[in-house]
Amino acid sequence: MYIYDEYDHTILRQRVAQFRDQTERFLAGEIKPEEFLPLRLQNGLYIQRLAPMLRINVPYGMLNSTQLRRLAHIARHYDKGYCHVSTRQNIQFNWPDLTEVPDILQELAEVQMHGTQSSGNCIRNTTSDQFAGVAEDEIVDPRPYCEIIRQWSTFHPEFAFLPRKFKIAVTGSQQDRAAVQVHDIGLQIVLNDAGEVGFKVYVGGGLGRTPVIGSVIREYLPQEHLLTYLEAILRVYNLFGRRDNKFKARIKILVRALTPEVFTEKVEAEWAHLKDSNNTLTQAEIDRAKSFFTEPPYESIDAAAAQAEVDALAAEHLAFSKWLQRNVRGHRVPGYAAVTLSLKPTGVAPGDVTDSQLEIIANLADEFSFSEARTTHEQNIVLADVKKTELFALWQKAKAAGFATPNIGTITDIICCPGGDFCSLANAKSIPIAESIQRQFADMDYVYDLGDIDLNISGCMNACGHHHVGHIGILGVDKKGEEFYQVQLGGSASNDASLGDVLGPSFSADDMPSVIQKLVDVFVENRTEEELFIDTYRRIGATPFKERVYAKAS
Amino acid sequence: MPKLVKDGAIVEDTWTLLPKPEGEATDAAVPTGHVIVPLSVWLAQKAQLQSRTDIGVWLDSDETADLLGEDAQSLPLVAVNFPTFMDGRAFSTARLLRERFGFTGELRAVGHFIRDQLCYLRRCGVNAFAFSNPETDLQAALKSLNDFTEYYQASVDQPLPLFRRRA
Repeated sequence: MYIYDEYDHTILRQRVAQFRDQTERFLAGEIKPEEFLPLRLQNGLYIQRLAPMLRINVPYGMLNSTQLRRLAHIARHYDKGYCHVSTRQNIQFNWPDLTEVPDILQELAEVQMHGTQSSGNCIRNTTSDQFAGVAEDEIVDPRPYCEIIRQWSTFHPEFAFLPRKFKIAVTGSQQDRAAVQVHDIGLQIVLNDAGEVGFKVYVGGGLGRTPVIGSVIREYLPQEHLLTYLEAILRVYNLFGRRDNKFKARIKILVRALTPEVFTEKVEAEWAHLKDSNNTLTQAEIDRAKSFFTEPPYESIDAAAAQAEVDALAAEHLAFSKWLQRNVRGHRVPGYAAVTLSLKPTGVAPGDVTDSQLEIIANLADEFSFSEARTTHEQNIVLADVKKTELFALWQKAKAAGFATPNIGTITDIICCPGGDFCSLANAKSIPIAESIQRQFADMDYVYDLGDIDLNISGCMNACGHHHVGHIGILGVDKKGEEFYQVQLGGSASNDASLGDVLGPSFSADDMPSVIQKLVDVFVENRTEEELFIDTYRRIGATPFKERVYAKAS
Repeated sequence: MPKLVKDGAIVEDTWTLLPKPEGEATDAAVPTGHVIVPLSVWLAQKAQLQSRTDIGVWLDSDETADLLGEDAQSLPLVAVNFPTFMDGRAFSTARLLRERFGFTGELRAVGHFIRDQLCYLRRCGVNAFAFSNPETDLQAALKSLNDFTEYYQASVDQPLPLFRRRA
């Protein structure tokens, strides 16, 4: 994991001091509210429906146990004893007091964390694959490049007042787990014929009111040109992105207005000036970044014996075997596995985690996974480096702490925004819908039989719950002051990225569990062996689903 | 005489900013003395204005640096306007004037920028700051110029990114 040096510490300390001064001037009436707004946003502070919300960056999802304990302390001391894992791998506190935010940021800075640029019209936290470095299908570990981008984008003087927010995601695996095609910039690591590392560059993807799959503007960008190329894209966007209408201000609108071809020409023309400048990455810098993401001291394990031990325990303990199937995945190092701790037990807001649970995660990370954990954009926690022989012990402890719900990737592993219970933008609540669907699908054997289903819920069209790319997507809408829910089918955030199709008229909250049940019934009745929900939908189309769900009305 | 922040000090402002002409009328007479003319006036009257040494040009936020281009090299002053402080195009325009078009004179921020943008503006090559609000406490604003003393990125003030300077 990246470790700050004196430069990083100095820069972050100066930021904390800057925001403390700004907050004091605001409280003294020396900064107008509209001028303080972007300053606090760029330090992670929103004013929400009930209280401020403070969003803390988790760079590309990596956390160590010291940081987890500090987050627990902040949840306990400054908040109401819990926090929330966001759909961009960040941590959100829902109840901080504005006057205490500078103190919180100072406490975070001590453990190399911050809320910098976690909101506002600037370059946000770079996200990545929660299995980076351990995935069996990985081509190159994306984290060193994420860290290089983090440093370049942090306090970038030219790009702090962009037309709108700007999100970058990087994947280094064959299977895209970072949803790069629905980001402002998506970078997919590829190798050229000579085996040299480069990036396939997607631009202009995004969700929100105008969901778009990104366009490829470069098939292969050699790695040393990463920052100059990003700078060219950002400069074109900063100068030419629309500023007259915030709903038309994202880069996707610019790319579409110009056409991807013309946009690419503008970027390439700008890049011609920047290419080979001082911002060109040196091999020394790439090596330095990589030096923070070296292998932990893995033990040499008899993988076959370890597997036999796990199998024997699984045969004896059914619940353990279910957990192995859903929450444990392979690791490129023999004898190791990556474990997902589910933050989706029924009845808890998806992604919420308490102060004491954070400490338990820290303890589990110390005991089982080299003191590191990762947040996922599906709002769970990953322990990436667990010895197979310790899986049973980990499972028992995770179970006792409420993290062992064996539902990863299933219909109850719901991605869900905070919704109308917390967010001032929301049109409708989302958390109670998630819970009612989880209760509808309480029979785990049935849920397993359904296989992988991504069910995503957003409380408004800003799409923080990524509803456009759920196999089943649910969008909260407001109709004359009442909350209704629109259903979309067929979205995907993976390699075969697609946007869902709206099924038809929206439903009341009470109807939602039965609507989802009917959709699943149609799938079960029509699926062929081995087919997942998304496959069946793509094969048979929307009509059978519509007919079932709207049967009464017709 | 109004004052402004220039090169880290508070100085008297000897320049007058000529507003944009109404419609297409770019032939308005440019008064004598230190005058900052709109880009359109400069482009229309370049032949006459070029012989004066007391002419500056201001760019609005939708006027890109290349429209002035290397003309900037002969000017003592170029200003970049902030219609609102949230309009960040001037940050790119300033860098382009310095880094691409070789401008070495006074690069001035005008309009509705705020004190808390001074450090980033300075990094982008702006060295003078004429606040629109005459009541701005310039002495206090000076402090924001150096909110940061170390940076990751290359920019006008520090042409080497941190990764080329890290020991």
